[in-house]
Amino acid sequence: MNFETTIGLEVHVELKTNSKIFSPSPVEFGDDPNANTNVIDWGYPGVLPTTNKGVVESGIKAALALHAKVEQQTHFDRKNYFYPDNPKAYQISQSDKPLAHDGWIEVDVDGTKKKIGIAEMHIEEDAGKNTHERDYSYVDLNRQGTPLIEIVSKPEIASPDEAYAYLEALRQRIQFTGISDVKMEEGSMRVDVNISVRPVGQTEFGTKTELKNLNSFNYVRKGLAFEEQRQQRVLMSGGEIQQETRRYDEASGQTILMRVKEGSDDYRYFPEPDLPALQISDDWINDINASMPEMPGKRRDRYVNELGITDYDAMVLTQTKEMSDFFDETVALGADPKMAANYLQGDVNAFLNDKQVDLQDTDLTPANLAGMINLINDGTISTKMAKKVFKAITEGQEPKAFVEEKGLVQLSDPAQLQPIIDGVLADNQQSVEDFNNGKDRAVGFLVGQIMKQTHGKANPKVVNQLLMASLKK
Amino acid sequence: MNYFGKDLATLHDDLLNKKITVVDLVQQTFDNIDKTDPKIGAFLALNKEAALKKAAEIDAAGVDADNVLSGIPLAIKDNIVTKGLTTTAASKMLENFKPIYDATVVEKLAALGTVNVGKTNMDEFAMGGSTENSAFKITKNAWDQDRVPGGSSGGSAAAVASGQVIAALGSDTGGSIRQPAAFNGIVGMKPTYGRISRWGLIAFASSLDEIGPMTRTVKDNATLLSALAGHDGHDLTSSTQEVPDFAAELNDTTSVKGMKIGLPTEFLGEGVDEGVKAAILAAADKYRELGATVEEVSLPHNKYGVAAYYIIASSEASSNLQRFDGIRYGYRADDVTNLEDVYVKSRSEGFGDEVKRRIMLGTFSLSAGFYDAYFKKAAQVRTLIIDDFKAVLKDHDFIMGPVTPTTAFKIGDEISDPMTMYMNDILTIPVNLAGLPGLSLPAGQVAGLPVGMQLIGRPFDESTLYKAGYVFEQATDYHNQTPSLGGQA
Amino acid sequence: MASRIDQDQVKHVAGLAKLELKDNQVDYFTKQLDDIIGLFETLDEVKTDNIEPTSSVSDQLNVMREDVADNWGQRGALLANAPESENGYIKVPAIIDESEDE
Repeated sequence: MNFETTIGLEVHVELKTNSKIFSPSPVEFGDDPNANTNVIDWGYPGVLPTTNKGVVESGIKAALALHAKVEQQTHFDRKNYFYPDNPKAYQISQSDKPLAHDGWIEVDVDGTKKKIGIAEMHIEEDAGKNTHERDYSYVDLNRQGTPLIEIVSKPEIASPDEAYAYLEALRQRIQFTGISDVKMEEGSMRVDVNISVRPVGQTEFGTKTELKNLNSFNYVRKGLAFEEQRQQRVLMSGGEIQQETRRYDEASGQTILMRVKEGSDDYRYFPEPDLPALQISDDWINDINASMPEMPGKRRDRYVNELGITDYDAMVLTQTKEMSDFFDETVALGADPKMAANYLQGDVNAFLNDKQVDLQDTDLTPANLAGMINLINDGTISTKMAKKVFKAITEGQEPKAFVEEKGLVQLSDPAQLQPIIDGVLADNQQSVEDFNNGKDRAVGFLVGQIMKQTHGKANPKVVNQLLMASLKK
Repeated sequence: MNYFGKDLATLHDDLLNKKITVVDLVQQTFDNIDKTDPKIGAFLALNKEAALKKAAEIDAAGVDADNVLSGIPLAIKDNIVTKGLTTTAASKMLENFKPIYDATVVEKLAALGTVNVGKTNMDEFAMGGSTENSAFKITKNAWDQDRVPGGSSGGSAAAVASGQVIAALGSDTGGSIRQPAAFNGIVGMKPTYGRISRWGLIAFASSLDEIGPMTRTVKDNATLLSALAGHDGHDLTSSTQEVPDFAAELNDTTSVKGMKIGLPTEFLGEGVDEGVKAAILAAADKYRELGATVEEVSLPHNKYGVAAYYIIASSEASSNLQRFDGIRYGYRADDVTNLEDVYVKSRSEGFGDEVKRRIMLGTFSLSAGFYDAYFKKAAQVRTLIIDDFKAVLKDHDFIMGPVTPTTAFKIGDEISDPMTMYMNDILTIPVNLAGLPGLSLPAGQVAGLPVGMQLIGRPFDESTLYKAGYVFEQATDYHNQTPSLGGQA
Repeated sequence: MASRIDQDQVKHVAGLAKLELKDNQVDYFTKQLDDIIGLFETLDEVKTDNIEPTSSVSDQLNVMREDVADNWGQRGALLANAPESENGYIKVPAIIDESEDE
């Protein structure tokens, strides 16, 4: 029996606004429990929510980045359920008129391009956090009211690899809009997954299962791959798939049954009467569109066509907005684009990997990288010297000042180099004879001697020119 | 002293001319409340210490000659949040709750120098029309202590009617200002939805709730509305419409001349007491006498108002009241060892039966499989009710009718029969569904009990209602009648 | 007349609302709710095809708050109102539920 797989992904993205979606409390993490809360966040009697304009704008940016249609008449709804981290016992979300619908993103799986549809996306508030201990749970409402965008895919993802590619592309595009850090490891991107399989030819979808505890894109892919195989095995052996929630176990790479779903939850959605409806005008959308950062696809084209960067390099540089912005600024400061691209992919990436930090959290600046590249290009320093300079600029030092302070300036002045060369030739007549007898090897020896005398500071290019001229006299 | 025969203007003069100090006024107000409230039961909490302190401050600074509210003692319904003063919404759920912020209306009044004397009794969470649903006490009608004061703002109405205070704040979701005002022979305004900020009003039904003033005279009511109204950044549904000086517009006793008034057939139909009907027809004649045209109009969907209202209001309430869960504030049941018990026991012990009934009705109306048949259907009928009003108000300046089908009923008579109780609201509910302003004012008596007349206007046209109410008041003597109780000093 | 809501439904609805009804309460609540739901069903007489539902009568549209953070400094007062708190957390008896915090 042949099967086809249908995967649905619901992605929650946490927005980095200044204030919460329905209260002016700051959006900050790592503070004391409940430090960033007020009567609204606690659902006090008599309080009312206020819509944060910045969240709506971020939502529109995400919609534009995902080619979705913005709903011109939209409103909020209440989703009712009791839980200690949900203080009002309802979440303000959007149900019947989400902010945007019918978007798509293009993914590339092993060279095959495919558009995957986005059914809808809406804005809503995050819940607080519960910490469970044996007899008690502890509630911290700092996260309560943090703005979220939920992005729901259409059931068009046909394999775990496509799911992975969809998540990569989604993360990249959202990241470029600047509205979120989109980091799974920090919880600013969360993924809910469901998957079903059906025999090829069957029109209705198979029964789907939900997967939990997928804390990285890789685990999403692995969990889905396991679940796809498991469901196929069950069906082939004549069994039935139950509607259930399963947990991915990182250690064994398997999915484990958590609970069987009985019926659907009854959230009793209804329109939120405390918040005026939103009417999103074309003018507003156009204004936001005009302020949108350039998306990765456009940037790649520009790098290849205008800056002469290879396709591969352009792809690597546009992995994150930070890297791409850094590159653009470095080039704008006069650095050679190819050298800038090489440094970012090489030394800079190695440095980031080694230190396990993000580019924006380091002391590296485009100005200092551009400064270093320009020093190499004008011959002030050698690429070998540049190693030391690079280390200095990772510590925030200005390259020119560092080079001068450490005396790393390359000796390129012929008037200074010629006497040294003359001296070396005079002391090594045997090598000069060897050269004249056609032994090219002798040149290397002589250069080595010159470098030794100049403590490595001589500009190799200039030394070569002067030495050859002297030898041929 | 009591406040019979007084209004804001005369009190203000007395304060300005030092006939009485603010401290004395406040002290005498408390003395009178101490004397009369055992009979009336209007107050749940008195604010003596803070009120006298504030009164002394105003005396020290001097009464503001340009502000008629300076130094005036007022009462506040107990579902309006007052920092540092208990706010229970007459529920066991909030008996020991300590409010940590002020409602916008409380802030506004405080800034104008009024003195909050205390919090008035009400039906629990404003659910009810008799104040019998209070978890704490029964409030009596000022005119007959065997009868209910109406509700849910029964405490505020009884306090004003019995001369304990000159004015009080109420809230109105389906008639909770207008009905008790009618039962007690005072003036109550439910302003246009959004006229006054709801920040700090403990929500019952968010799309219907509105705060409003309850007073002895139309002009005092108008003065207070101007003080309370206006857009508030804390309540995005509050209107940005300009707020007129309503009271300043009230000096012409002929201003209804040429006005066209609609009298809906449905407002005088089956179930409306003959005495009430007669009073309203007499009022219509009075308006004709004063130069207005009164003609019969129809609001065909009015009769569906009660059903639509109890679905919508209960649905919103079921959601609004979920926050009372025993976790962050308010009542938590004893001896609970797991989360489910915290929820279920705290809520089952903390809420009274009427609140539970509405929560269950609302939960049912929103639940899977019933939403379209109940909640959505009611919201559609609401549209038709709005359209009915629009059609009539297009060529009528306002609509008049009774506030209630009957005068105040006896304590205990209807409390066990929610259906009958709900049907009492048939004349006030449609106004909330449509978000229109509704003014209740005295229009006579039947067997010694006040009858209320309701004037309903276009959105944000409280001006016309106050003008028409003022003209009627000046042409009649109903507002000067006072109950025999009142601690006459 | 056929009943519109039965005792099991009343118990189900009470459960959704986290209310517990004693046996004698189930009886009279069921009777009362059934009467009131009967009243609700009079709405069936009204034709509402193509009628837009009204969920708000506010005249405000598109009103929003600028994205400016403001900490109101209420932490202490909020925690003081909590029935139980510890180290700045709100404390609640254990959650017995395998669907963990997400």
